[in-house]
Amino acid sequence: METTSSPLLQVDGVTLAFGGVKALTGVGFGVQPGSITAVIGPNGAGKTSLFNTISGFYKPASGAIRFKGEDITRVPAPQRAKMGLGRSFQNIALFRGMTVLDNIKLGRHAHLKTNVLDALLYIGRARREEAALRRDVEERIIDFLEIDHIRHAPVSALSYGLQKRVEMARALAMQPQILMLDEPVAGMNREETEDMARFILDVREEWGVTVLMVEHDMGMVMDLSDHVVVLNFGQVIAQGTPAEVQADPEVIRAYLGAGDVGDLRAKLQRAA
Amino acid sequence: MANFDWAYLFEISLTGIAGGGLYALAALAFVMVYKATRVVNIAIGEMLMAGAYLFFTFASMFALPLWLAIPAAVLGAGLLGAVIERTMIRPLLGEPPISVFMVTVGLASVLVGLVEMIWTADQRRLPDFMPTKPIMIGDAFLAPKVFWGAMIAVVFIAAVLLVFRFWRGGVALRATASDQAAAYSVGINVPRVFSLAWVASGMLAAISGIIVGSIGGISSSMGVFGLSVLVVVIVGGLDSVLGALIGGLLIGLIEALAGAYLGGEYKLLATFIVLVAVLLVRPYGLFGTHEIERL
Repeated sequence: METTSSPLLQVDGVTLAFGGVKALTGVGFGVQPGSITAVIGPNGAGKTSLFNTISGFYKPASGAIRFKGEDITRVPAPQRAKMGLGRSFQNIALFRGMTVLDNIKLGRHAHLKTNVLDALLYIGRARREEAALRRDVEERIIDFLEIDHIRHAPVSALSYGLQKRVEMARALAMQPQILMLDEPVAGMNREETEDMARFILDVREEWGVTVLMVEHDMGMVMDLSDHVVVLNFGQVIAQGTPAEVQADPEVIRAYLGAGDVGDLRAKLQRAA
Repeated sequence: MANFDWAYLFEISLTGIAGGGLYALAALAFVMVYKATRVVNIAIGEMLMAGAYLFFTFASMFALPLWLAIPAAVLGAGLLGAVIERTMIRPLLGEPPISVFMVTVGLASVLVGLVEMIWTADQRRLPDFMPTKPIMIGDAFLAPKVFWGAMIAVVFIAAVLLVFRFWRGGVALRATASDQAAAYSVGINVPRVFSLAWVASGMLAAISGIIVGSIGGISSSMGVFGLSVLVVVIVGGLDSVLGALIGGLLIGLIEALAGAYLGGEYKLLATFIVLVAVLLVRPYGLFGTHEIERL
């Protein structure tokens, strides 16, 4: 699905350095609206650094991040969340000690507009917002992600796979335009992976949310993605459709090192 | 021991619990900052003192009426909290906890120094604003200042609990305390939450300071009250609101009992023995989270 419309998110020549170590060098790619775009690459290639730069945790040394055509390179992270960049984390970042529902509700935090007095008296806008929020949360996200049965469970008591799902639910509650998923199926078994893959596809189909993900599971990336960006040592070494990327000798070299190119190609194709 | 004076024990216990209410309020001020920012604020007693001196300034020096002087002092202390956070704590974001801890140690000295420079080291009396009619509960007598001080503390503790349960700023604070990265990612302005925690802490400390000062007078050494507050929060668990409340009552009770039956010089000894005992059994305090242990 290579389209020519202007990208929803544009990463332009982003360079990120920690002291003398360059985590990203001149990284550039676009995320088309309505697409599922995946960033892949070997461990330490800079995928999570790239994610953190896009969501505003890291400030790039040079280059720009554009969202809906607007330069957001200097916009602080919470503001970006409000603008419509929802994300999950590689090492699950949930509010422990709170329930699943509380976590999901916090996803709506950015959109709430109540002051202390309202909240104390629980009147007017607070009540209406609360009601709208509850409908939104309960009827859509919880049903959609099939987490109804654990609604009131404390998140710390849940399995890894379910925690990942709750994290996705919280990101969805923000009603993002781009859902950024950092390794959504890492550490999951086959069945959980398939569930998550289905959710990712449905998020795009039913909710019209653009997805940008970092993932190691090659099979899933090749199945789901419209556009694949391959990072190695902080640089984009290839990008294009899954088929194009799979055939790219640079990519094969990055994954295999030198030699045995045919073997890896076979492996990649089997996976896809 | 044949005719043990139960009425006396009851009276002492009541006084202890009432005093514990004050510890609980001050401990709440400490826990708020620790929960949100993981800063151990050793200067909590000195912030109490600063609040009390602000009240003294507004009420005695500017001769403002009480209904104006108290809110002015509390707001001033909130401002002080904001300034401390902005100028001393935020620049240290990401530094090792011990550095920040040392800064609060320094802050305690700075506050004492400022108070001595501005108001001298002399003991002062705060204007009386609480009813002076003796309080009788059954046959037990309770000093009116202690009783009303405890009542004020209870009201403010309840208000704080409500506000932080239902107001979104409070929810943001709890979320930030739980996971900073996640808080950022859902659009919570984490630095602003840090400021909020310090402002709220400064205001609560000021209220405790005004009450403590009205009971025992104020001086540049009243920060030692903070020592007992630290015992309270360590016993209760540094990040536990419930721990602050129960720990406050417990320490207040133990201090009063030790003071009455063993003598005033045993007060601190008794509380520190309790501290050691609690830490031996529960290193994270009675209600503190065991997060570090589990990970």
